[in-house]
Amino acid sequence: MSGVFNYINRKSPIHTLTGASKLIVLILWSLAAMTTFDTRLLLVLPVFSLILFKISGIKYKDVSFVINFTLVFMILNNVLIFLFSPEHGVSIYGTRHVVWNGIGRWTVTKEQLFYQLNVVLKYIATIPIVILFVSTTDPSEFASSLNRVGISYKIAYSVSLALRYIPDIQREYHEISVAQQARGLELNKEKEGLIKRLKCAATLLFPLIVSSMERIEVIANAMELRGFGKNKKRTWYSSRPFRKGDYLAIIASSAIMLISILLNVVNGGRYYNPFI
Amino acid sequence: MEESIISFKNFGFKYTAQAEPTLKGINLDIHKGEKVLICGPSGCGKSTLFNCLNGLIPASYSGDATGDLIIKDNSFRNLDIFSLSKITGTVLQDSDGQFIGLTVGEDIAFAMENDIVQLEEMKERVVEAAKKVGIESFLDHAPHELSGGQKQRVSLAGVMVDDVEIFLFDEPLANLDPASGKKTIELIDQIHKDTGATIIIVEHRIEDVLHCSVDRVVLMGEGSIILDTTPDKLLSSDSLIKNGIREPLYVTALKYAGVEIKEEMKPGMIDSLILSNQDKQKIKEWMESIPDKPQVDDRPLLLETKDLSFSYPNGKKALKDINFSIKKGEMMSIVGRNGAGKSTFCKVICGFEKESEGKIYLSGSDISNLSIKERAEKIAYVMQNPNQMITKPMIKDEVALGLVLDGRYSEEEINKRVDEALKVCGLYPFRSWPISALSFGQKKRVTIASILVMRPPVIILDEPTAGQDFRHYTAIMEFLKSLNEMGYTIILITHDMHLMIEYSDRAVVFTEGEMIADSKSEMILTDDDLLEKASLKRTSLSDLAKLVGVDETMFIRKFIKFDREVRK
Repeated sequence: MSGVFNYINRKSPIHTLTGASKLIVLILWSLAAMTTFDTRLLLVLPVFSLILFKISGIKYKDVSFVINFTLVFMILNNVLIFLFSPEHGVSIYGTRHVVWNGIGRWTVTKEQLFYQLNVVLKYIATIPIVILFVSTTDPSEFASSLNRVGISYKIAYSVSLALRYIPDIQREYHEISVAQQARGLELNKEKEGLIKRLKCAATLLFPLIVSSMERIEVIANAMELRGFGKNKKRTWYSSRPFRKGDYLAIIASSAIMLISILLNVVNGGRYYNPFI
Repeated sequence: MEESIISFKNFGFKYTAQAEPTLKGINLDIHKGEKVLICGPSGCGKSTLFNCLNGLIPASYSGDATGDLIIKDNSFRNLDIFSLSKITGTVLQDSDGQFIGLTVGEDIAFAMENDIVQLEEMKERVVEAAKKVGIESFLDHAPHELSGGQKQRVSLAGVMVDDVEIFLFDEPLANLDPASGKKTIELIDQIHKDTGATIIIVEHRIEDVLHCSVDRVVLMGEGSIILDTTPDKLLSSDSLIKNGIREPLYVTALKYAGVEIKEEMKPGMIDSLILSNQDKQKIKEWMESIPDKPQVDDRPLLLETKDLSFSYPNGKKALKDINFSIKKGEMMSIVGRNGAGKSTFCKVICGFEKESEGKIYLSGSDISNLSIKERAEKIAYVMQNPNQMITKPMIKDEVALGLVLDGRYSEEEINKRVDEALKVCGLYPFRSWPISALSFGQKKRVTIASILVMRPPVIILDEPTAGQDFRHYTAIMEFLKSLNEMGYTIILITHDMHLMIEYSDRAVVFTEGEMIADSKSEMILTDDDLLEKASLKRTSLSDLAKLVGVDETMFIRKFIKFDREVRK
């Protein structure tokens, strides 16, 4: 299955970075993108992330599902911002340039458009890097890197197991769904309405949950039999020593973080204001 | 007096959730370095006994124990699952589900990771353990790139990284094809010889385990030990059949021929079996007494494929020019190793996947353009795991689902058909039960009932008896046979050679997406090349035929014939 959120094993410089350094980059990068509303930085970050994507060898079609999903979410988010606070940009930037008078309180201003442009840029600056992280980090390395940054290994391992089982569960969902279609359940898009299709999909959850529970029991027993949870710490077979690339990546992302903080100081706040 | 490493002393166990104890008055001593087979039908308590030895009881399943269990001079009450894991190494039944790591190396290292072993030492020990089971060249492979047998080797290597003194195998043959199963038994034997460890195998496929010698067999039933003896003594008694366990085929054949089996004949293994000339003569006479005239099958063709091919969206060809046919009212098998294309072929026939080329005919008319649902009315598919098919909590609703969704049937008609299907499947008394109260085998019947209501002329079953003991195997297969006698055409996807011998006259062999043989079951079971490609192995009937000095194929054919008559 393509387009889903999952580890994709390819050979690239990004894949060879350790999970821990990628996680640190992810954290610094998202913090940087989150703290600032400086449009200049927000314009640069997406360009960087696209370059990183290119390097990683991950293609659009590999992750199309999650990208489309976030796009829909982003549009929804923007519509809601406009609906609930159409004057938010005005209150931030302190000026009011009306573009179109609109209906009732929903006046379109340059400030609001600029603010929402920044919101969109924030999405574009952060989402690709999250996707990149998940699709280039082997789940067990992900667990070991979570553990390295201080999260309990039990929690780290359960997160990685959950990630790992996504493809298995998808395969199983497919099996269950064809078996049910054979019994007359309609899951085809054209023939039925959305509500009915959702209802049908919900009936598939029952067998999926039953078989997932069985799976969990087996794996939990297998893990316990081999001493999982015995000690406070554990080592990781998949852990790798830091290399030059890892240090470079961390330095670069620290720089981005630093720039973001500096911009906050220079701008005297989170926003870059072109209207003054 | 040998030193006991495991000693059950009047041991009993009751699960918290159950009213009756699962184990009662168990007295059993296992000596250091012994190889013991524990067998018994489903529900006899062998798994519970097994889980007491590895600590899953009480770590994962709570309950009350009585008496004592001493493992390496310590009472189990003073041992927890973690300290036990240093003494006993457990290989669970489900080789897929117990694969924890993302690669072979990581999985083998799992126990060491938890012991905080440093990376360098860990890597060395992983390679060392991998070498012992012959998977050192697969260290970077992901689980889905391995066969069932290889996955099991990984699990084994995973417990061998610690120098455990006791190896526990829970139904090691359950998920393997006969050829890999044979290799597993040989590997266990090898480890036993190399390490001198104590080996305990829980399994109900006696014949396959006894491919290599064991010191003792412990037969369990209803929570107690019924028999604790040598294989030779066990097989010269009739305790197995009485307790719902399948006898080795050669033992059955000897009994059919009227040969009295005595301990001195060393019947524990086919390789050790000694037959007197008198016995051989008896077998020859028995064989000659069975008439052998070829039967003409003039039933009309029902389902046919012409040059059927299938490729995955990524371009990988999964089926190549399959020309398959089955006659109306036939019951036959499709065999082949995992990934050979058996299930894919059936899924294409059912319309779950769309063929890339070729045609599918049912009673002469092309069904290639029918939808999944339209085809399902004619060809039904029963998945291996009934839990994947069941979507309703109540039996009646589940069975009625297909008819209800169809919308063309009146309530009266639906009730009539549902009751009828429930009666055929022996589920009528349970009709208003929740499905969760049923056993695995009964759930399987529910899934069969829920397709019978649609009255499809052809039913395909994927491994219908996987994981079932002899009693349930017989129940399911006799039931399918009765459906077959009612006129249903039945296709079985299977690895089980007993099933081939006992219930299917004809079989086709798939390998790497091609159908390489279409033949009588006895022909396949005596053709080394086909056996290898289908991941099957020679049955002990072949060895017996050789020992007696008669033609193998003929011997098996006559055995099948006689066996069917006996079953009637």
